[in-house]
Amino acid sequence: MKMTLRALLGATVSLTLAQGAMADTITIATVNNGDMIRMQGYTEDFTAKTGHTVEWVTLEENVLRERVTTDITTKGGQFDIMTIGMYETPIWGKNGWLVPLSDLSAEYDVADILPAMAGGLSYDGTLYAAPFYGESSMIMYRTDLMEKAGLSMPEAPTWEFIREAAAKMTDRGADINGICLRGKAGWGEGGAFITAMSNSFGARWFDENWKPTFDGEAWANTLNFFKGMMDESGPAGYATNGFNENLSLFQQGKCGMWIDATVAASFVTNPKDSTVADKVGFALAPDTGLGKRSNWLWAWALAIPAGTQKEAAAKQFIEWATSKGYIEMVAAKEGWANVPPGARTSLYENPEYQKVPFAKMTLDSILSANPNAPTVDPVPYVGVQFAAIPEFAGIATDVSQEFSNAYAGQQTVEEALAKAQAIATEAMEAAGYN
Amino acid sequence: MARAATNRRKTINTILAWSVGLLIFFPILWTILTSFKTEGDAIAYPPKFLFFDWTLENYSIVQERSNYMRYLWNSVIIAGGSTLLGIIIAVPAAWSMAFVPSKRTKDILMWMLSTKMLPAVGVLYPIYLMFIKLGLLDTRLGLVIVLMLINLPIIVWMLYTYFKEIPAEILEAARMDGASLKSELLYVLTPMAIPGIASTILLNIILAWNEAFWTLNLTAAKAGTLTAFIASYSSPEGLFYAKLSAASTMAIAPILILGWFSQKQLVRGLTFGAVK
Repeated sequence: MKMTLRALLGATVSLTLAQGAMADTITIATVNNGDMIRMQGYTEDFTAKTGHTVEWVTLEENVLRERVTTDITTKGGQFDIMTIGMYETPIWGKNGWLVPLSDLSAEYDVADILPAMAGGLSYDGTLYAAPFYGESSMIMYRTDLMEKAGLSMPEAPTWEFIREAAAKMTDRGADINGICLRGKAGWGEGGAFITAMSNSFGARWFDENWKPTFDGEAWANTLNFFKGMMDESGPAGYATNGFNENLSLFQQGKCGMWIDATVAASFVTNPKDSTVADKVGFALAPDTGLGKRSNWLWAWALAIPAGTQKEAAAKQFIEWATSKGYIEMVAAKEGWANVPPGARTSLYENPEYQKVPFAKMTLDSILSANPNAPTVDPVPYVGVQFAAIPEFAGIATDVSQEFSNAYAGQQTVEEALAKAQAIATEAMEAAGYN
Repeated sequence: MARAATNRRKTINTILAWSVGLLIFFPILWTILTSFKTEGDAIAYPPKFLFFDWTLENYSIVQERSNYMRYLWNSVIIAGGSTLLGIIIAVPAAWSMAFVPSKRTKDILMWMLSTKMLPAVGVLYPIYLMFIKLGLLDTRLGLVIVLMLINLPIIVWMLYTYFKEIPAEILEAARMDGASLKSELLYVLTPMAIPGIASTILLNIILAWNEAFWTLNLTAAKAGTLTAFIASYSSPEGLFYAKLSAASTMAIAPILILGWFSQKQLVRGLTFGAVK
């Protein structure tokens, strides 16, 4: 009896010590958006399942990008998991800065990740980041104003239709703008929108020889169309409007249409924040009949920086946070409309999720974007609303500033394009591309 | 007649001073008001000034989501520590420049000030790499050292200006009475320069408290200050202005209260020697 008791006690102590030795505290850098904050609230579930604890560092998107870039390029080792996007992943994967996610468990079901997402988060066929949620862009429109204008929104409209509808929906006296779009400078703000739009007009950032193409007709058509339509039917000061400004306008009923991130659908249909929650319809982003639509593709994904001492625990966290089980847990507690969208095929096959009003359009939008062939003419880069090369963020920020100046009337479209061509050419030559 | 003109000028000056004061304070007031609104009211147009549904929900969400006390404590330690260390180094430096100047004193002062003109990001990588080697990343000690160094030129300059106002003869008299250098600094110079030192300390605490570049770039989960706390509520994809305002109000409240209670000292110190 005494022996048994001693053995039991010994086993308990050993188990406790072993668990203590295996339990890690991992530090995760992340962005401040609804889905990520929700995930932080469920950390206890991860700790209960694995014994590992989590420390969160939440930062604004641009601050986070600078912060994790500094840390990973200097091997600072401050983070065990980083929240990064489709732009950084292939570049960092190529540089060997990320741990390949090639040995995830069978239960995790890597094949279930939407192919567009897996493709954008891979380099040379290897997955380097697991998508937590994905998004494309689509049209969100006011069904009541569309009806009042005597029009019916097609499921896949053209830019000509959108311009005509915007003009008819505009009612300056009632402070209603037919269309709200991003004009704000910044590669992830107005730069992302105009790049995605330019794809549908047959434009591209660089030709097959990495030569910038802002001196071509397609870019002139894109910018002239955008500025013409926004001057006719857009809100005052649209040159400085980004996602949040347009979201605010749309929620207050001041926009007839808004083309932006699919993730906005849950905001504009939430009666708690939106005054037009029950009057919103969805459609695919417009095209011009050239074979490419103007929607983008993006994912916020979790990646492990190479050199972390806690790789095993970090992988366990990624498997937990981006699993089917996590989605089911959120659905059970907060409803299907609140699960992280756009990452897994099985989510869109779920009959419960299919009842969410924006689910189908989100999936259709994601599926219609191809980061490996984003433009009408061939390009040497990967990415729909960006080119996945390290130089792009800097060039696109400067170029989008020139475009914003043109929207604001501080220069002509021709002048903006000439400056964009000069900026991009100089930067690409300095980087040794041509 | 002359008295009427003086009174009119006084009234105009008072109105002007109040207008400028209110203009400067308005963003803070608006932040505080927004923190009590719902997210819907926070973005309402025309803006709602006082007539909205007042709520404490944002404060409770922020409290629930973040460990405010940890950020506050880090801010107190880092702002206080860097200021104390800076004063200990700057008092003797400013004394020597004010009372035992050399041919190069002016040049050294200008050179010190010129380091403030360098964009901080220009030295981010070297400092980051040094911090990795020294194990100072995400530590309060690391931030105390960095913030002390970046504010040291201002502390030295301010103290130098105050010390210059003190007649050198008084220090000479102390020396003739047999005071050592330490006694001269501690028991003669420091008490005379207390208003200047106090305002330098206050200003430096405010600068260190509000510093955002280094506190964001050199910290992660452990040593984050209230600036990192605010940054965690900023989002380009989602309207969280009311929550951001609540976080901002909680972050600026301690320094606002400190500034309010010490404003007399601060103004006295900042205008010390301004009028001869």
